Amino acid sequence: MNLNTQLCNIGFPNPTVVASGYLGVTGSSLANCANKGAGGATAKTLFMDERQGHANPTILTFPGGVINAVGLSGEGIISAKHEFEKYRKLAPENPMIGSIGGRNLDELVEVARIMDEYPVDMLELNFSCPNVDGEMGKPIACDPFLTAQATKAIRKVVKKPISVKLSPNVPDIGLVAKHAEANGADAITAINTMGPGMVIDIHMRRPILTNKVGGVSGHAIKPIALRCVWEIYRATKLPIIGTGGVIKGQDAIEMMMAGATLLGIGSAILYYDMACFDKITDKIRDFMKEEGFDNVSELVGLAHEEGFDRDKLPKEY
Amino acid sequence: MSLPLVFKVAAIRQDSPNLKTYIFKHNIRAKTGQFVMVWMPGIDEVPMSIGWQTKEEFHVGIADAGDCTKAIHEKIKVGDKLGFRGPYGTSFDYKDYDHLICVGGGYGTPPMLNLSQRATEAGKQVTLIQGARSEDYLLYEDLFKQLGVEILFSTDDGSKGHHGFCTEVLKEYLEKVDRSKKICIYTCGPEVMMVKVAKIAKEFGVDCQVSLERYMKCGFGICGQCCMDDSGIRICKEGPIISGEYALEHPEFGKYTRGKSGKVNN
Repeated sequence: MNLNTQLCNIGFPNPTVVASGYLGVTGSSLANCANKGAGGATAKTLFMDERQGHANPTILTFPGGVINAVGLSGEGIISAKHEFEKYRKLAPENPMIGSIGGRNLDELVEVARIMDEYPVDMLELNFSCPNVDGEMGKPIACDPFLTAQATKAIRKVVKKPISVKLSPNVPDIGLVAKHAEANGADAITAINTMGPGMVIDIHMRRPILTNKVGGVSGHAIKPIALRCVWEIYRATKLPIIGTGGVIKGQDAIEMMMAGATLLGIGSAILYYDMACFDKITDKIRDFMKEEGFDNVSELVGLAHEEGFDRDKLPKEY
Repeated sequence: MSLPLVFKVAAIRQDSPNLKTYIFKHNIRAKTGQFVMVWMPGIDEVPMSIGWQTKEEFHVGIADAGDCTKAIHEKIKVGDKLGFRGPYGTSFDYKDYDHLICVGGGYGTPPMLNLSQRATEAGKQVTLIQGARSEDYLLYEDLFKQLGVEILFSTDDGSKGHHGFCTEVLKEYLEKVDRSKKICIYTCGPEVMMVKVAKIAKEFGVDCQVSLERYMKCGFGICGQCCMDDSGIRICKEGPIISGEYALEHPEFGKYTRGKSGKVNN
């Protein structure tokens, strides 16, 4: 059974990657995930400057998943260089995806330019965090034209492959993905958290998150994530990092059948801790053996009807 | 599920010039050394260790050491509510030892009280070496005495006990202690002190467990805010209690921590 996965000519030992935001503050933390079975890792989104994020409580669980309003905390792109160097040293075989953000287009381009020089294999453009509306307005990924504009500007300065991380909170995610593709994206990461949502404590009589609202992830969003990946698979030719509710091997296989090449793993860590990566890859291997597959890439897009061919999609939109 | 439980403060005790012990009537069922995330609505949520704990109540010793703890000190009165998530993390392992030597520095003493409770119940011999800046800052002498714990004090100004560091007291104590019993050293306090304790334990060939603290967000092992270099272990999950020897393998132990943004504070 071959679980080696290629995405944008980057080789991953298996299709699981730690999703951005999970265990992604330090290089040693992500290397620990890689050494426990993750194929690769995505670091936490970095901006130009240091960001403190929202006050705690910032991360809670509810029956069905996780809700968070961390608020894009980070030490800033310049200062974070040592974390990428450390990861490279501790997990040399596992690709690293650097996630970038910006409060405006100029900052995004500048952060992308710096990240491109770091020891990362590809960049993920976080256009879709739902927790900073007050500060930054609606995420870029909520508007196909802003997505096009930002992808284009970053493409101009970045040599490494870029994946655009999209929001499920849009009427037509396929359309947004098309705009990213037409402007130079090499892959799509879908989806970011849903919502925002809210949890209330009845005894305190108020929302528990200090930010009041936060992005929803985990089991609760899996059906949405599957549908989004499905639509992106049919709208573009780009490889997809399918993220959202991939908790068990079964979820992973569903996500690949919808069209994902790689699997973003996040809340699975909550349920199965560091064993989640091996649990997922073991299940994929068992399934491939039972069903007679040799290469994991054969699973990608299998749920689409026979005869559906991405290569026959029209090129311009 | 990790949503807070909300309890009313049953009593508040001023135990040192800037530490108040908050008492809640609830069986929190924490293992010794575990922590809870204490939620002060509208302000913040911070990790705190459990002090005294029975089936009827639990105590949390809160030092005024930051914005959230300051707000708790100033605003929370008897009858007011605080939220709690947890208990989380690893606990002290004491079952295989006969004699526990607890080293508590400053506000690191509360978890030593809970450990002493469980250990004395299990018939273990317990010694507490407590260090603080002066006599006023020493904690819970009556409660430790009530448990039959042998107590040795040290103060920076010499106002009570040994004039100097508690690590000096520890060293002297280890030189004369009965080594035929199975001994373990437990420590919680300033990290520089715990580094010294872990090194002394290693030097004497005695087991040691340290209680670490890092900036935390989730408390249950997914956010990565409290991870330590270079192993990447999560202090909320593989910690806060780890062996002294393992702690010493970490280049950041006693050297640096990370703040809210993730940036290293030297």
